[in-house]
Amino acid sequence: MAEITFSKKSLERYEWLLTRYPSKEAVLLPALHLAEEEFENIGVKEMKYVADLIGIPPARVYGVLTFYTHFRRAGCGKYHIQVCSTLSCALRGSHEVYQRISERLGIEAGETTPCGRFTLSKVECLGSCDTAPMLQMNDDYHEGLDLELVDQLIEQWRAELPEGGSS
Amino acid sequence: MAFKKVLTRHVGKKDCHTLKFYKKQGGYAQAEDAVKNQDPDALIDLVKASNLRGRGGAGFPTGVKWAFVPKHTDKAKYLVVNADESEPGTFKDRVLMEKNPHLLLDGIIICSKAVGIHHAYIYIRGEFVFAYRRLLEAVEEAYSDGLLGKGIFGSNFDLDVTLHRGAGAYICGEETGMLTSLEGKRGEPKLKPPFPAVEGVFGCPTVVNNVETLANLPYILEIGADAYKKIGPEKCPGPKLFCVSGHVENPGTFELPMGVNLLELINKHAGGVWKGRSLKAVIPGGSSAHVLHADECDVAMDIESLDEAGSMLGSAGIIVMDDSTCMVDALLNIMRFYHHESCGQCTPCREGTGWLEKLVHRIASGGGRHEDLQLIQDVCDRMVGKTICALADAAAFPAESIVKKFPEDFLHAIEQGGSPASRNRSRAAVGGGTDV
Ligand SMILES: Cc1cc2nc3c(=O)[nH]c(=O)nc-3n(C[C@H](O)[C@H](O)[C@H](O)COP(=O)(O)O)c2cc1C
Ligand code: SF4
Ligand code: FES
Repeated sequence: MAEITFSKKSLERYEWLLTRYPSKEAVLLPALHLAEEEFENIGVKEMKYVADLIGIPPARVYGVLTFYTHFRRAGCGKYHIQVCSTLSCALRGSHEVYQRISERLGIEAGETTPCGRFTLSKVECLGSCDTAPMLQMNDDYHEGLDLELVDQLIEQWRAELPEGGSS
Repeated sequence: MAFKKVLTRHVGKKDCHTLKFYKKQGGYAQAEDAVKNQDPDALIDLVKASNLRGRGGAGFPTGVKWAFVPKHTDKAKYLVVNADESEPGTFKDRVLMEKNPHLLLDGIIICSKAVGIHHAYIYIRGEFVFAYRRLLEAVEEAYSDGLLGKGIFGSNFDLDVTLHRGAGAYICGEETGMLTSLEGKRGEPKLKPPFPAVEGVFGCPTVVNNVETLANLPYILEIGADAYKKIGPEKCPGPKLFCVSGHVENPGTFELPMGVNLLELINKHAGGVWKGRSLKAVIPGGSSAHVLHADECDVAMDIESLDEAGSMLGSAGIIVMDDSTCMVDALLNIMRFYHHESCGQCTPCREGTGWLEKLVHRIASGGGRHEDLQLIQDVCDRMVGKTICALADAAAFPAESIVKKFPEDFLHAIEQGGSPASRNRSRAAVGGGTDV
């Protein structure tokens, strides 16, 4: 028995997904999205679970998962801050936004704060260049940023998820 | 005749994303008529006659593409909607999906009827969570209302629509990469032929169309091909969403007739170059397009005119750069993007994008040599047209054009020990004067 399993709701969703594609393999990406919703981060255990569920080798799941940048991998903080760094955002100051967050959290891109709350990344164009500079925090876009707004956001996130507190 | 917005007419009005609102405006009337009364071949002929060209970037005639799909086949046929919207500078499909999702479904039904498709997938980029939720609601509404599912509009035509989320990979916007991704694999593009219309997803004939392309269909059915062709240039007509970003006062998505003048778009609609500065350069069609020098921007925004100007309409993602921009830094940013996004299958692309980034980085950070400019051109020559998909070209076009049109910025960086941003502090900033 695997150590982890989908909830009943996710399993139902998975069964439904199987009816939407002519091949079982095609369910892999949707199943990984489900796994991310259910388990938050995807590590070896989660990949193995999805592989067993679909009936494909874990190496296939790993190969696919690592092709894509979206999935929250093992070790990712609760709040994943992704600062868009592509041209339109860069032209309007994304570098300063990144620097400010980096200073305030004391981490660089690719790192997680020791408290495990925040992970910072630089990402490529998020399709919101008219509201540059912008960032994505978990599912949400924060657009039209300036340094003041960035400070407010960080305060807000810290208040929502106090250090040492459980969420 | 004055131009009337079609795709974004109701954007901003309360509940404009709901089925109730959409139907009140006469929505789904064309889809219903198509499903119940129209002959598939006649629909394809109508779309051919309208001269609708794909809005995803390549500008292929939509009706012609549909006609490539075999009429009689034992296999299923699929529609895969390209909602990956990942070309830097492009954010138009997002507006449609968030604010007018039923217009897309309306178009999907029309295309499906014309080609004989019973299952459509919408491949939406993973980061667009809000748009995904909006589309999900719209699809559910449409199923409950009998607009999707078995026997739609009370006819005997069945149509399913499934939303499929991508997971962060630019290359999945390329149609064959998208189809391999949809099959549950790494999103690696495939050689064409076979073209998707003959052998696409799951080995079956597949139409791939962009969101905005499909969103044009109800209007074409409503007003007919002749009237549609009168909107903008006849060879490339229709209402068009233009995305303007970068150094303008009022960035945004603007719906205007195809062929609008680029300077008018920038100065009138996007509020002009910001901070009272002057124009230096414009990328007119997403970061894959050849850059235009400020002197070249008096040009009509349509496929033919931009081809003639040595660039392309692409995704109509217009990125504006003011006179404070260092083009070495701008190019470095673009090259980092393509190097990061190359899927790595083809040597010229995998190595070429890496070399381009390295070369431009060296120039920006003060280690550049005069020969590097020729070297950049040589690397580009070894990339264009030599790979499985067009990502290699997409990286080479901005590289060769930016170096060619702004040699002074490169020479300055080579001779003065780097780009202004890298001399001031760290690199990575674009536009010495803008990075306050
Ligand atoms: C590297 C690359 C990236 C692309 N990205 C997108 C994209 O994000 N969205 C899109 O609609 N088309 C994109 N395309 C174009 C598609 O391959 C394809 O031409 C288009 O989806 C066809 O639909 P259309 O005929 O309706 O435009 C891309 C092409 C290439 C080569
Ligand atoms: S050209 Fe580049 S992105 Fe396209 S298939 Fe080849 S390596 Fe991959
Ligand atoms: S460049 Fe940042 S959203 Fe497009």
